[in-house]
Amino acid sequence: MATVARTFPRSTPRPRLRIRGRTIALHAFLIVVALAVAYPFYFMVTSSFKDLLEATKNPPDVFPAQLHPENYIEAWNRAPWGRYFVNTIFVSIAVTIGELVTASLAGYAFARMRFPAKSVLFIVFLATLMVPSEATIIPNYVLMSPSRNGCLGLPCLGWFDTYQVQIVPFIATAFSIFLMRQFFLSIPSELSDAARMDGAGHLRFLWSVALPLSVPALITAGLVTFLGSWNAFLWPLIVTTKPDFRPVQVGLSAFRQEAGSSYHLLMAASTFVIAPIVLLFLVAQRYLVQGIARTGIRG
Amino acid sequence: MQAYLFVLPAVVIIGIFKVFPAIAAFYMSLFKWDVIQGAFRGFGNYTDWLYDNALRSPDFWRSLSTTFTYVILTVPLEIAFSLVIAYLLFQKIRGRGIYRTAYYLPYVTSFVAAAVVFNWLFHPQYGLVNALLGVVGIGPQRWLDEPSGFFQIVASAFGIALPEWAAGPSMALVVVSIVTVWHYLRYQVVIFLAGLSNTYYEAARLDGASERQIFTKITLPLLSPTTFFVFTIATIGALRSFDTVFILTGGGPLDTTRTVTLLIFKTALQQAQFGLGAALAFILTLIILLFTLVQFRVLGRRVYYG
Repeated sequence: MATVARTFPRSTPRPRLRIRGRTIALHAFLIVVALAVAYPFYFMVTSSFKDLLEATKNPPDVFPAQLHPENYIEAWNRAPWGRYFVNTIFVSIAVTIGELVTASLAGYAFARMRFPAKSVLFIVFLATLMVPSEATIIPNYVLMSPSRNGCLGLPCLGWFDTYQVQIVPFIATAFSIFLMRQFFLSIPSELSDAARMDGAGHLRFLWSVALPLSVPALITAGLVTFLGSWNAFLWPLIVTTKPDFRPVQVGLSAFRQEAGSSYHLLMAASTFVIAPIVLLFLVAQRYLVQGIARTGIRG
Repeated sequence: MQAYLFVLPAVVIIGIFKVFPAIAAFYMSLFKWDVIQGAFRGFGNYTDWLYDNALRSPDFWRSLSTTFTYVILTVPLEIAFSLVIAYLLFQKIRGRGIYRTAYYLPYVTSFVAAAVVFNWLFHPQYGLVNALLGVVGIGPQRWLDEPSGFFQIVASAFGIALPEWAAGPSMALVVVSIVTVWHYLRYQVVIFLAGLSNTYYEAARLDGASERQIFTKITLPLLSPTTFFVFTIATIGALRSFDTVFILTGGGPLDTTRTVTLLIFKTALQQAQFGLGAALAFILTLIILLFTLVQFRVLGRRVYYG
């Protein structure tokens, strides 16, 4: 304490008026920037309720003269959105569950079990974090192809236009394993000792003690995975050709051509594509922000 | 034995879809490989890109320069804006939670949806941006459809003709960069805020430190490693970015926004030249690895961001 006090000599109290002026300036700045950041959303939602004539008016009206909620029905009916949503929801949930399972098991093994080649394996896993997906996308694409000419010496999977092509490659990542390992390491060893005395094996301890304690980490890892899967674009774009298996992001991209200059419909579609994830964000913002801060993942 | 069963699922998935393809990519890059494997070429695919092929190498150098221009246009702006916003959001002010939500929100939205909106805001005919510029007496621009250099356009507004080399990045690339900064801003804000949040502040306040002392003695030292982290993350993100450019312009107009990732996409997936595409991907990977290694080194030494 004494040293800190020496570094920071006590300053005279600030006059009240100056603080108020500063606070107002701060708020003004934050509001202006927030408006600039949020305006595209406002523009999107208001335009989605206008008719075509009003939607193309420039500069746009701040608020629609008359609400046209039927835009949403029309936009919904012009593309197989129901199918797209089912696909995206199914794929995102499957990837998230799969990833949590593999990450919990592997993270636990790396944190609390001993086995030969453990450190080598861990380094290999960490090294995969440094390999960008650009490097692996071409071989993965070939691996998935139905070609009979041999897929890099492995059997061709022929997985184009399936669900598994969007799920299986993503159900284990070094990121989540690392995250879970860090969390399991922080569980006091007294707990595992006690469990062992009671005759519980590793699986039992993981299931009944370690995982319940790790709920925050599971939520964080799950949300980051879910978000990444929901917003995935390039991979589903190249490995799917039919709407039957395409996710909403690729669907929206296709709808841009389909809708042409019907901007009001395009805005309605964009709104209902991002609505679920925005709701999820509002509910789980805290965990998501923690996830970004802990892992440094950039979408 | 049980431990192997625990790691087995992860080993299988990461092995097949991450480790194996990374090695396979290098293997493929050594062959002529148009859909099916052809003759061994050694480093022929690489030299084609770098200097050997009169069609390929201009494409490569141009896309590399576009990529680095994109990095230079986005990264410093992202850092400057996010640093200021994070610092302000960190202040103890009323309604901080609401501001934070407003700033974070766009990050979770997909870039496809964001691109739809921005394509329209920058529409040459119906776009709001042109309408706003019209108010201050600037004529309508073509924005994402404009291949001419940004400096050239600004200079010609003052009646100055710039030489070709000073034309600057295309207007389209500038707009893509603006949208990129908008989209990733909050992500960097989160990182900066994480770097700021700790208990030093309360201790300093208790000991009566002034705001200026707090800023120079605590905030700046705390933020320097974080800034470096954001710098490397943002640079790697910009080097890798595909969705942003692909959805906004598809590489056009006149290929002025075709980054290396888009050239990989075109070569490997549209022209089915897997070997050449893999070689290009490997070159990009080496550049990214360089930044990652620097990041890991510095991060390993000292960084507080958790």
